[in-house]
Amino acid sequence: MTLAIDCNDPAIAAHAELYRREMAAKRLQTLLGAAIFIACVALAAIGSEVDLAKFAANAWRFPKYILETMPTLRLATLSADLKEWYWGINGWLKLLWQTLLIAYVGTVLGAVGGFLLCFTAASNLGRSPWLRWATRRYLEFCRTVPEIVFALIFVIAFGLGPLPGVLAIAIHTMGAMGKLFSEVVENIDMKPVDGLTATGASWWQTIRFAVVPQVLSNFASYALLRFEINVRGASIMGFVGAGGIGQDLIEAIRKFYFTDVSAILLLIIVTVMLIDYGTERLRHALLSLEHGR
Amino acid sequence: MSLALSAPDRAALIARHKAAINGSLKTKLMTIAVVGALVGLFIYGLTTLETSLWKIIAGFSNLGTFVVLMLPPDPGSFARAIIFVKALFETIAIAFLGTILAAIIAFPLGFLAAKNVVANRVVHFLARRSMDTVRGVDALIWALIWVNVVGLGPFAGMLAIMTSDLGAFGKLFSEAIESADRKPVEGVTSVGGGKLHEIRFGLIPQVLPVIASQVLYYIESNTRSSTIIGIVGAGGIGLYLAETIRTLEWQQVSFLILLVLAAVTAIDFLSSKLRFAIIGKRAV
Repeated sequence: MTLAIDCNDPAIAAHAELYRREMAAKRLQTLLGAAIFIACVALAAIGSEVDLAKFAANAWRFPKYILETMPTLRLATLSADLKEWYWGINGWLKLLWQTLLIAYVGTVLGAVGGFLLCFTAASNLGRSPWLRWATRRYLEFCRTVPEIVFALIFVIAFGLGPLPGVLAIAIHTMGAMGKLFSEVVENIDMKPVDGLTATGASWWQTIRFAVVPQVLSNFASYALLRFEINVRGASIMGFVGAGGIGQDLIEAIRKFYFTDVSAILLLIIVTVMLIDYGTERLRHALLSLEHGR
Repeated sequence: MSLALSAPDRAALIARHKAAINGSLKTKLMTIAVVGALVGLFIYGLTTLETSLWKIIAGFSNLGTFVVLMLPPDPGSFARAIIFVKALFETIAIAFLGTILAAIIAFPLGFLAAKNVVANRVVHFLARRSMDTVRGVDALIWALIWVNVVGLGPFAGMLAIMTSDLGAFGKLFSEAIESADRKPVEGVTSVGGGKLHEIRFGLIPQVLPVIASQVLYYIESNTRSSTIIGIVGAGGIGLYLAETIRTLEWQQVSFLILLVLAAVTAIDFLSSKLRFAIIGKRAV
């Protein structure tokens, strides 16, 4: 069996011509896109002072650095070696706990702030347009300025210690959560709201009995997700003197205490992974709670 | 017509639906326990984190002074303004190039970590765990490490953004590949295509738009993170932010913050337009 096509058929020739022209146009578009992309990359490479010669000359330092942070662990003296590697474990665990508390308190404060603001920012509940606009811009400001910049400013205002870290995380969390929460609120079923409004309920009553029951599990799930992100954020707050384990980490990196770097990093990574795992389980439980209803 | 119930009717109604009105005791106790634990931990946190009312009040009054001093935003001199704008350009360049390089390197890694491409469990496990480890380290920490390797400057920052994104991209890409439709791949196999053909013609056309939109999103979020890596000397506007905050040049600080806000908003706008153009067509 053959599928031979008569190439001389004018209809097919016209079709082939059309196909060729379309493909040529598409190819031109792709080429143009690629050219713009390459120009952007070249510009960015100049901007970020990419120096391949320097990179090639120094690239060996990276694996060397990583290798140097590795502790010497011998099977024969494993426990003694481990003890030497984690010589500061008590202090580090204390700082790690402080980091977790900074993240937790910051998340709670931020979540409460976001919760209070999200109703005025949501387009289906916000009462006055200008208040909605102002709330949205405010939330945008809070989440666009990086938390470490807030921390830098707060360290000067409040003094060194965990308090500026907590506030910086709280403000950033408020911005991020306010936006996510208001998106959740915008997607609710409006029928309960209409029902309550019909019975003459006030704005706050409507929110309490018609909106909150619909959104609470989603809010909790976002708050858990944010807590995990904030643990990462809190671990570097110490870089600018705002408390937590970052203080010891930056000291270890700056002073080339190589094995301390790997010890502290490993602690942070394991903690983040555990929290990642735990919050994911909790979030699944929360979401299935909602679907089971 | 009145809808009012008589008192005995109402009492009877309440008695009949007691369970529905009061709710179950178990749920109530659970709620109280969870809320109690959350609030307890919060208060414990406040007490251990050296917070005192006096400190908070003093801090906020300081903060108020700073805000007053910040107005109006002023770069100081025209030459300073030029330096700041240049640093902003550097920041955007770091974010863009770091993300693109990370995406290029993570692309093959994503296939390696995808269960439906490489079915070997050991490879899958190793690839996933190493990505998790890389992802667990913040970009700022990578920046500190790269500064030790290639010296101070934006190059180190670019490498830091690249490294920290490698883990995230590897995970996202492999998830995109795993959720791809099997049918085109089977089609390619049925006409005699090899493993590489399967990937090139069966998988890549499916995952490319998803990946492109993720890369754009990361360029957006990396613009934010690359504004701060200058704090540890890895280039960009963060260096000037940290410097002006520490020397209490508040007017310059607010100018820099405004610059960052404007840049981030512009990039948000551009990338959401581009993302819509890429995804929007296919989603319909």
